[in-house]
Amino acid sequence: MYRSHVLVCGGTGCTSSGSAKIIETLESEIAKAGLAEEVKVIRTGCFGLCALGPIMIVYPEGCFYSMVQPDDIPEIVSEHLLKGRIVTRLLYQETVQEDNVKSLNETQFYKKQVRVALRNCGVINPENIDEYIAVDGYAALGKVLTEMTPDDVIQVIKDSGLRGRGGAGFPTGTKWSFAKASKSDQKYVCCNADEGDPGAFMDRSVLEGDPHAVLEAMAIAGYAIGANQGYIYVRAEYPIAVKRLEIAIGQAREYGLLGKNIFDSGFDFDIEIRLGAGAFVCGEETALMTSIEGNRGEPRPRPPFPAVKGLFQEPTILNNVETYANVAQIILKGADWFASMGTEKSKGTKVFALGGKIHNTGLVEIPMGTTLREVIEEIGGGIPNGKKFKAAQTGGPSGGCIPASHYDVPIDYDNLIAIGSMMGSGGLIVMDEDNCMVDIAKFFLEFTVDESCGKCTPCRIGTKRLYELLDKITRGNGTMEDLDRMEELCYYIKENALCGLGQTAPNPVLSTLRYFRDEYEAHIKEKRCPAGVCKHLLSFTIDPEKCRGCTLCSRVCPAGAITGQVKNPHVIDPAKCLKCGACMEKCKFGAIIKK
Amino acid sequence: MAMKSSVPFTGTKEQETELAAVITEHKGQQGALIPVMQKAQEIYGYLPIEVQEQIALGLGVPLEKVYGVATFYAQFALNPKGQYKISVCLGTACYVKGSGDIFNKLRELLGIDSGECTPDGRFSLEACRCIGACGLAPVLTVNDDVYGRLTVDDVEGIVAKYNN
Repeated sequence: MYRSHVLVCGGTGCTSSGSAKIIETLESEIAKAGLAEEVKVIRTGCFGLCALGPIMIVYPEGCFYSMVQPDDIPEIVSEHLLKGRIVTRLLYQETVQEDNVKSLNETQFYKKQVRVALRNCGVINPENIDEYIAVDGYAALGKVLTEMTPDDVIQVIKDSGLRGRGGAGFPTGTKWSFAKASKSDQKYVCCNADEGDPGAFMDRSVLEGDPHAVLEAMAIAGYAIGANQGYIYVRAEYPIAVKRLEIAIGQAREYGLLGKNIFDSGFDFDIEIRLGAGAFVCGEETALMTSIEGNRGEPRPRPPFPAVKGLFQEPTILNNVETYANVAQIILKGADWFASMGTEKSKGTKVFALGGKIHNTGLVEIPMGTTLREVIEEIGGGIPNGKKFKAAQTGGPSGGCIPASHYDVPIDYDNLIAIGSMMGSGGLIVMDEDNCMVDIAKFFLEFTVDESCGKCTPCRIGTKRLYELLDKITRGNGTMEDLDRMEELCYYIKENALCGLGQTAPNPVLSTLRYFRDEYEAHIKEKRCPAGVCKHLLSFTIDPEKCRGCTLCSRVCPAGAITGQVKNPHVIDPAKCLKCGACMEKCKFGAIIKK
Repeated sequence: MAMKSSVPFTGTKEQETELAAVITEHKGQQGALIPVMQKAQEIYGYLPIEVQEQIALGLGVPLEKVYGVATFYAQFALNPKGQYKISVCLGTACYVKGSGDIFNKLRELLGIDSGECTPDGRFSLEACRCIGACGLAPVLTVNDDVYGRLTVDDVEGIVAKYNN
């Protein structure tokens, strides 16, 4: 028995901010203090509050230390772990109370969250199957194999209203029933962990924090549709997730929870990992399967749908990591429990990766139907530096930008589609008044052009032409006719592209045209970028009233565009100015004006 | 893309034997090509045509297919990478926080463009799409080291660390 447990986040966010070094120092300091028998250090998955990493929690007190540095560790060990005195200066400020610490669950960030898919992340050691089993892990698989028929399982999933968390929101139970209905000796269960949307890291956190939940759900799915083999297709860019999956699969095989004759039921199921090789299109289901088969990851036309002819031409289901992370809970707690959360057509919770211009960047799980305002203002802690909210981008390169006028729309699949965006896998990037929406649309199109596999013409050539038009506008050469041409091209691509990547690629353009048309018009008519981002449209001038003639700007200017006498106002030669902004950064008097 | 790398192939007998073992292990497996190519890249650091030929022969698949797969996926490199691989995240979260400027600063500092390697073989530069450390945006990595919460002014110091 240990009297104290120290949980340190070992997710990618905190590992990047140095948590491995923290764990190492912690263990050596604890040993030095002779506490190795009394205090246990556990490396967990993601807590969610990545902005404050490296993060650790000390139990039983529940002290939440944030932004811990290796130099702080001796103090934590000698004061807190040895003498029982909490190191207040390192506590997450919001948890500090006069004579006690407040539970993390009462803080703004966690208060409105409901953790289903993330329930074990930051709670258990993901590299130890016993800890997963201790929190009812594999109990759902046991229940399914010993008490339920495959049809029962599918019915429960259908009744729960669970929809695919990868983006499109197809009902999971229906998908499973299609695959079950397909007759074949060999079927496959696949897991899509090729989380390619830039700015999205929900799936990675589940894999890093609770890998067994995914394995268990895949085995349940295998039983439901009659498959004995599973594949997890995971990005090679997620080394920690891959390592923990490998450990988890090894342990599950050792315990007989994967392999032959699981729970003596006669059911066999095993899982292999396949690493992605850096192609965004492989997140599309048919492309993913083509890639597992060892080919260039190009999508195939549907029908036939994967449930009929998928991987290696056999019936296959493919679900996203987060979808699987809900399955065992639904089996154990029942369809009604799950369906009691959320909105009429979107049940349960959704994990979002909050990023961009927001205080609490990190991972949040909220009931469907929560509004954007609640997510950004309350959970996310609002926008830093007193800036104004401009838009929230959801759905990555397939989604759109949601303006302030839709701040109070309850987030669910159908509402997001109705306002021109989509749920996507759950990236939620907040933008403020300093972000140019034309530039953002161009950014996403550059991404799609880069990632288009080239198989179908509307996507290969259409996205390139769209990008060129956007580029023309950001250079100040656009015309009003270009806007119409862009819109026409967008609809053409949407209707004619082969796969989801191409069909949704125009969304960032369409949504910004819909909500931020005035910004496009400012670029075209006034040759002006209102956010001050598009370099070609900027001009730098010096306010003679404010300039003291300190000469600093003329010395940092790489183009020699600034001239003037000492102690006299300087001037910028617009013909030479590169618009790099170096002068503005260095000016101590705020005399340089960017327009 | 040129079929032949500009850098002469310097594979060793040991590397060849190691790859042969990987090929034997995976041969006959469904969809073995990509895992074998990933292992081969771990062994050689990149996939020159000589290595692709060995894979094609070993697995009994046409060389054109190996080459097709190698050129499709961003992860496979036909040219050697620098001793220090610098990747700047240009994912959305990093981009809105200014990683584009950081990338440009590196281009200027190293005198190379995305996908290129400095002439002394020390640094290579690439833009990557989201390493998932969005909480620390903007982020860059040098081999396995991650640098987050960056500003343009940090770039020079980071490069200098690897320049001794």
